[in-house]
Amino acid sequence: MALLRFAVFRFLTMLATLVVVSVLVFVIITLPPGDYLSNQINELRATGQSAGIAKAEFLRAEYSLDQPLWKQYMIWAGFMPGPHGFAGLLQGEFGWSFEYDKPVADLVGGALWMTVLVNLAAVLFIYAVALPLGVLAAAKSKTWVDYTSAFVGYLGLATPNFLLALILFYYGNRYLNLPIGGLMDPQYEGQPMSFDKMKSVLIHLIIPTFVIGTSGAAAMMQRLRANLLDELGKPYVETARAKGLSEPRMLSKYPLRVAFNPFVADIGTLLPSLVSGSVLVSVVLGLQTIGPLLLSALKSQDLFLSAFVLMFVALLTLIGTLISDLLLALLDPRIRFGGRER
Amino acid sequence: MTALLTVENLTIGFGNAAPVVDDVSFSVAPGKTLALVGESGSGKTLSCRSALRVLPGSAQVRSGKITLVGPDGAAGVDLLGLGERKMRAIRGGRISMIFQEPMRSLSPLHRIGNQVSEALKLHHNFDAKERKRRVLAMFERVGFPDPVRVYESYPFELSGGMRQRAMIAMAMVVRPDLLIADEPTTALDVTTQAQVLGLIKDLQAEYGMAVILVTHDLGVVANMADDVVVMNRGRVMEAGPAELILRDPHHPYTKDLMAAAPEIPATPASRSKEEERDYILEMRSVNKTYVLKGASAWKPKTVVQAVRGIDFGVERGKTLAVVGESGSGKTTCARMALGAERADPGASILFRAEPGAEAVNLQDLDRAERLAFQRKAQMVFQDPYSTLNPRMRVKDALCEPLDIHGIGTASERMDRAVEILKWVGLSENMLTRYPHAFSGGQRQRLSIARALMLGPTFLVCDEPTSALDVSVQEQVLQLLEDIRDRLNLSYLFISHDLAVVARIADEVAVMRAGLVVEQGPPEQLFYNPQHPYTKALIAAQPEPDIARPINLNIVAQGAGDPSSWPDAFRFDGAKAPPLTETAPGHKVRYHA
Repeated sequence: MALLRFAVFRFLTMLATLVVVSVLVFVIITLPPGDYLSNQINELRATGQSAGIAKAEFLRAEYSLDQPLWKQYMIWAGFMPGPHGFAGLLQGEFGWSFEYDKPVADLVGGALWMTVLVNLAAVLFIYAVALPLGVLAAAKSKTWVDYTSAFVGYLGLATPNFLLALILFYYGNRYLNLPIGGLMDPQYEGQPMSFDKMKSVLIHLIIPTFVIGTSGAAAMMQRLRANLLDELGKPYVETARAKGLSEPRMLSKYPLRVAFNPFVADIGTLLPSLVSGSVLVSVVLGLQTIGPLLLSALKSQDLFLSAFVLMFVALLTLIGTLISDLLLALLDPRIRFGGRER
Repeated sequence: MTALLTVENLTIGFGNAAPVVDDVSFSVAPGKTLALVGESGSGKTLSCRSALRVLPGSAQVRSGKITLVGPDGAAGVDLLGLGERKMRAIRGGRISMIFQEPMRSLSPLHRIGNQVSEALKLHHNFDAKERKRRVLAMFERVGFPDPVRVYESYPFELSGGMRQRAMIAMAMVVRPDLLIADEPTTALDVTTQAQVLGLIKDLQAEYGMAVILVTHDLGVVANMADDVVVMNRGRVMEAGPAELILRDPHHPYTKDLMAAAPEIPATPASRSKEEERDYILEMRSVNKTYVLKGASAWKPKTVVQAVRGIDFGVERGKTLAVVGESGSGKTTCARMALGAERADPGASILFRAEPGAEAVNLQDLDRAERLAFQRKAQMVFQDPYSTLNPRMRVKDALCEPLDIHGIGTASERMDRAVEILKWVGLSENMLTRYPHAFSGGQRQRLSIARALMLGPTFLVCDEPTSALDVSVQEQVLQLLEDIRDRLNLSYLFISHDLAVVARIADEVAVMRAGLVVEQGPPEQLFYNPQHPYTKALIAAQPEPDIARPINLNIVAQGAGDPSSWPDAFRFDGAKAPPLTETAPGHKVRYHA
C-alpha cells in the first residue's frame, strides 16, 4: 500500500520533470540564431528563387515559427491552440520535419521501437554479463579469476566502440556468417512483423548489443565487485558464516542483496548514456535507430525533429529512474519503511 | 568431567609476522562458562573464532589442535582438520556464536524471523510451521514482549539491546552444545548489559550448554565465569577457576587488570562542603526540543523533548558528571553547555570565565563574545580514532586552534605544543608523526592536548574513556584528574559508566529520558541512592568481585520504562514529578 502511494508520487514527479525538460529542450534548441526555414528563405533569396520563398513563409506561419518563443513552446507542447487548434505533444502531434518534408511521427516511427529494442538488449546484456562476472571476481578476489576478469573488463572499457564494431563485423561475418549492417534483412523492411522478420532482427542484434554493451558491462562489473568486497567485510557476513551457511548461499543471500542497490540504481543512468553513446555506433553499423536522425536534425536545425528525439530520450531516462526507484523500494526495507512509525 | 572443547597449543599468525596467538591452550566443560579476558590485541577473539574457523582471510593457524567431543561422549574430532562440509554442520549447529556489534551483525535487508529461522533450517529437519513455532517460542524466552511483531521486523526497527536478544535467539534456537559470545555486551548500556548477561546465564542453566565468553571486563567475568583464561599479546598469562583468580591473582598482568577495573568504592569518602558556591557554568531551566519531520508531508511533525528542565551548575575547579544511557539527553546537554546548540527560549546558560567576573549568557552571544568563550571552553571527544584528522601531523593538529584564533607566532605555537605534549605524557619527538602511529590511549592524550592548547578553564569531556581498554582508561582518568588540579580546570563529564564517574566527579546528575532523576554528591548518590533508576544503574555495574553479583531484580525494576516505576517516581507522559531536595545537595525526582 505504501509502495503504491510511493509509485503514484514518483509518477507524478516524473510528469513534472518531463514538463521542465521539455522547456529546457525547446529553449536550448532555439538558442542558436535562425531556424531551418529562415535559413532556407535566406538561401532562396540569395539565389533568387522566389517561388520557394512563398512556401517557406507559409510553413513558418503554419508552424507558428513567426510567434514569440514562449508561444512557440506552448503551441508545440500543446498547452495553447496554434493555427490548427490544439495540436502539440500532448495531443500526440509531434510536428513536421522540414529537412525530410514529412511528419516527424512517420519519420521516427520504426526507429523508435528499434532504439528501444537495441538499448533494452544492451541493458540486458550488461546485466547478464556484469552480474556473474562481478560476483565471481569479488568472491575470488586477488586470484587469477579476478585479475583475468579485470583485464578483460579494462580492455572492454578502453576500446573505442566503433572500432570494436568494425572488428566484430569483419570477423563475425567471416567466421560466423553474421550479417553486416542494419537491423534486419532488407527484404523485411516495411513488412509487417512475422516470425522470419523477428529472427532476422535478432540475428542482426547480436553484434550491436555486444558493441554497445561491452564498456557498460565492464564498468558495471567493477562497481559490483567493489561494492561486494565492501560488504564481505561486514559483521553480518561473519554471522551468516558462523551460522553454517555454505559460501555460495551466504554470498547470494546476504552481501549480494546489499551490493545490489547501486546495481539497480544504475538502470536510470544507463539508458541515456547508452542512447547518446550509441549514436556513433549506429552510424557506423547503419542501424535504423534515432541516433543518426538526431545527429542530422541537430546539424540542420530541424526544430521539431530534434526536439522530439530529445524528449524521447528524456522520457526513456525518466522511465529508467522510475523503474530503478521502485525496484530499490522493493528490495530495500530501509527505503520502504524509512518513515514507518514504531 | 571431560572437556567439551579443548584447544591445545594453538598458534595463529598473519603472513610471516610474529604470531598474534602463541601457544594458547584452554578447555571448557559441558555446562560451564569459560571467560577469555584480555585487552584489544590480546588474541582472545582470534582464539575463539578459530574454533569455528571463521578467521579473517589472511590469518593462518600455524599449529595446534582444537578437539570437540562428539554428541553423547563420542570420540572427539579435530576441528582444524575437518572437511568444509562437516565443519558447516558444526558451525551454528553444535557451536553458535554471538558477536560484539548487534547493530551490524544482522543483515539490514532481511527480516529478523527469516534470519533466525534460517539457523534452524540449516541444522534441523523441521517443516516451516514447526520452525516458526520454535523461533517464536525462543523469542518469547529471550524476552521479546511481542514475538510475532519481532518476527516480521527488520533489524533497524529494534534497539541495540533488542538486536542482541535476537542474536542470542538465533544462536540458541538450534540448541548448541557450545555458545561463543564475543564481547556480547560491550556495545550496550550498562543496564541492558546486565539484563543480557542475566539472560545468557539463565539460558545456560536451562539448556546446559557450555559458554566461552570473550570480554575485557573483569566485572562481567566475576558475574558469569566458572573458569578464566587471562591473555595478553597472544599468550596465556594466567588460567584457572574464576574464584581463585579474582580473589588472589598471581600474575602481575592480572593484578594490573584488577587494579585498573573501575569500581564504586566500598566506603564513602567524606568531603567537606563549602556553602558559597562559585559556578563557572550554570544551566538553569534549560529545555531542548527537536521537531522531526513527519513520515510524509501530511503527517504531523513529531516533537521530541531531548532535554527537560535541566538545572545544575559546574563549580570552578570541580567536576560535574552527567550519567545516563544512550538517548537520555546527556550529549545534548554537553552541546548546549558549549554553545554548540541553542536551548529553547527561556533558558539561561551562564558562563563566568573568572571568579566574580560578569557572566555571559551562551544563549545570545555576539561574534566577539563567542570567540572569547570558545577560547575558554573546549571539548574532549569520545572516539579518539575519528576526531583526529588522519592527514594532519600532530603538530598541525595541536597548533590549529592557535592558528584559528590568531594567537602567537609560529615558533611560540610550537613551544606551546611541546609544553602541552609533555603535560599529557607524550614526548616532543612525536610532533611530526601522523595520528595512525598512535595507540587509542595516546590518541586520547592527543585530543586532550589539543583541547588544552588555547588555555581553557572549562572542559566538556564526552565519554572520553568509553572507547578505551580498562588499563588505558585508568591512565586517561588519572591524567584528567592531574590536569584539573594543576590548572584549576572545571569539567562537565558525560558518561554512561557510574564507576568511572565515581572516581572523578564532585557532583553527579543521573539522567533518564531527558530528565535529571537524581542529583547529588557521589557519596550521597552511591551510598544512599533514592531513585529506582539510580539503583538500577548501580546494581547493573559489574564488579570484579565474585561475592557481589548483579542483582537483576533491582536492574529490571529501575531500567524499565518510566511508567513502570513505583508510584512515587512514575512519569505520566509529559508530566513528571518535581526534583525535590531530600538531603542537603541531594535531589530526587519524586512525588513528595
